[in-house]
Amino acid sequence: MAIRITEPGLATTVQDTGRPGYYHVGIPQGGSMDQLSAEMANALAGNTPAEAVLECTYIGPRFTTDADAVIAVAGAPVDVLVNGTPREQWTRLELAVGDEVSFGMIRAGTRYYIAVQGGIDVPVVLGSRSTYALGAMGGFEGRTLKASDTLDVGTAGSERHASAADFIDESLRPTFAKQITVRVMPGLYDHRLTEEGLDTLFSATWQLTPVADRTGLRYAGPSVSWKPRVQPFGAGSDPSNIVDAGYAIGSIQIPGGKEPIVLHRDAVSGGGYAMVATVISSDMDLLARSAPGTQTTFTPVTMEEALAARAEGKQIRSRIWGSAGQ
Amino acid sequence: MSETALHLDAARYTWGGDEFLFVEIAEGMSLAANFKANAMAAALGSRDLSGITDICPANASLLIRFNPDDLPPSALEEAVRGVEAEVAQMSQHTLQTRIIEVPVWYDDPYTRETGVRFRSGHQRPEGNDLDFAAEENNLASPAEFISRHHESPWLVSMVGFVAGLPFMFQIVPQEKQLEVPKYLSPRTDTPALTVGHGGCFACIYSVRGAGGYQMFGIAAAPIFDPAQRLSDFDDFMIFFKPGDIVKFKPVDEAEYREIQELVADGSFTYRQAPVVFDLERALAHPTEYNQEIMEHLNGH
Repeated sequence: MAIRITEPGLATTVQDTGRPGYYHVGIPQGGSMDQLSAEMANALAGNTPAEAVLECTYIGPRFTTDADAVIAVAGAPVDVLVNGTPREQWTRLELAVGDEVSFGMIRAGTRYYIAVQGGIDVPVVLGSRSTYALGAMGGFEGRTLKASDTLDVGTAGSERHASAADFIDESLRPTFAKQITVRVMPGLYDHRLTEEGLDTLFSATWQLTPVADRTGLRYAGPSVSWKPRVQPFGAGSDPSNIVDAGYAIGSIQIPGGKEPIVLHRDAVSGGGYAMVATVISSDMDLLARSAPGTQTTFTPVTMEEALAARAEGKQIRSRIWGSAGQ
Repeated sequence: MSETALHLDAARYTWGGDEFLFVEIAEGMSLAANFKANAMAAALGSRDLSGITDICPANASLLIRFNPDDLPPSALEEAVRGVEAEVAQMSQHTLQTRIIEVPVWYDDPYTRETGVRFRSGHQRPEGNDLDFAAEENNLASPAEFISRHHESPWLVSMVGFVAGLPFMFQIVPQEKQLEVPKYLSPRTDTPALTVGHGGCFACIYSVRGAGGYQMFGIAAAPIFDPAQRLSDFDDFMIFFKPGDIVKFKPVDEAEYREIQELVADGSFTYRQAPVVFDLERALAHPTEYNQEIMEHLNGH
């Protein structure tokens, strides 16, 4: 089976759970920005969490299938249309051969996910089907989709996965709020900010700018002061510079003390700006869901709190997959 | 001797959220700090701890990604501190590596044209990046900067930023290091294979994209080949590894075009030779030692 793209949408890519293990040579983990929504779409479509899905950003694609198919759409709220008739998100949709799927404008958030039973079957590159557009690798020909692309769908999922969900209860669905609090662990080079600078980072309300993509998100807000110092050899002249180092995914850098940048799943793997805190792994999805203009506060937590949040996330995922568990 | 070579204070350990441990070897760049970062990465890798997903040695630091569900943070920190102690005990500071000749068309029209487009974001709007770099280093001319750039070899001190981009540190005493500030405001475009420089580091941009390093030339052959078309990429799509030694070779337009043809028909291979890099000797007698390792390219 295959799906044929008639309109590609704004920046539709094939993604899965990501490509760990190559960050040391600059290839980022990639994968669905909002992992939980993608996983829910897979559960609804009768897949495992590992199948590749389509990540749609703001404007989704228009497509048809060349056989009967089962799909599901989860993530940012959007009108799902099958042959122009509105259908539901967060549930399984059965398509007949030739049905055309299209989308309205998203009402909140940034990204939604289309899972197809069997998964999008593009070649596995370095262990993943995720698209790394900057490196022109993975996904469908290493790029965002174009009109007339035809994507194969796997056959492994021709029978529904035993633990697939029929419906995601509203209480489990992620929310797409205009005001969010993101938990971060201070550290890395936070000692290089002044006390006021650190206080500003954690007390100010930051507004997500339109400069937000799979690589990172840039925030507007007050300036943050760095301690003046004689820069070490090779570090560069600004007090926010360091000798180029590896960047943690989710880390926050504040070049020149202005407009913090949080790196996301397609992060550049290193560079010369000091990082001062890192978004905990459990809140990376929350960040991925935020639309430009989202009022954001960064609140410091400890490692113990980060690990507790991780355990809670696991519980939510086990409820999606039901008693068969994952 | 080994004590002076690796005279570094204990590293600083800090967390990058619940999945990253960051180890700062030193605040400033040095061959010794880079050697320690790579030695720790290698020693940690050989322990094969389950729960570690990425070990990323950098110029003077080490970033480790782990899954705290499989490897508790405290257990990881203990293991890495153990590795640091092990590396401190090393009596030999040698690295089995290779020297590679990288042909570069200096002062080429591609990077020059890009430089012109982004002149408003530059410290020195008149002239070009090479003029600026020569002045910053008190050199008489861009030509002198170019010879300083290719006459001594460089150590690949880190690979990253984007897929396969090498950061390189010239194997010369600190007072001879070429230092150039980055662009005031980063460019949104850089030609693929641009040879760049920021702070004390050279780089080769593996893919087209954003960049803030000054631009001096363009490498003639790919360093990232996702289709693995060239034989140098049979094992992996990325050419450079930390610890590689690079000797730039200036080429003119005609030689550049010839290499491009070899790349196009799939027959290009990098000239390279195995070499044992000895940190103590590199630090003690850099000029003589550099001549010696460059001789390996000539089969000596």
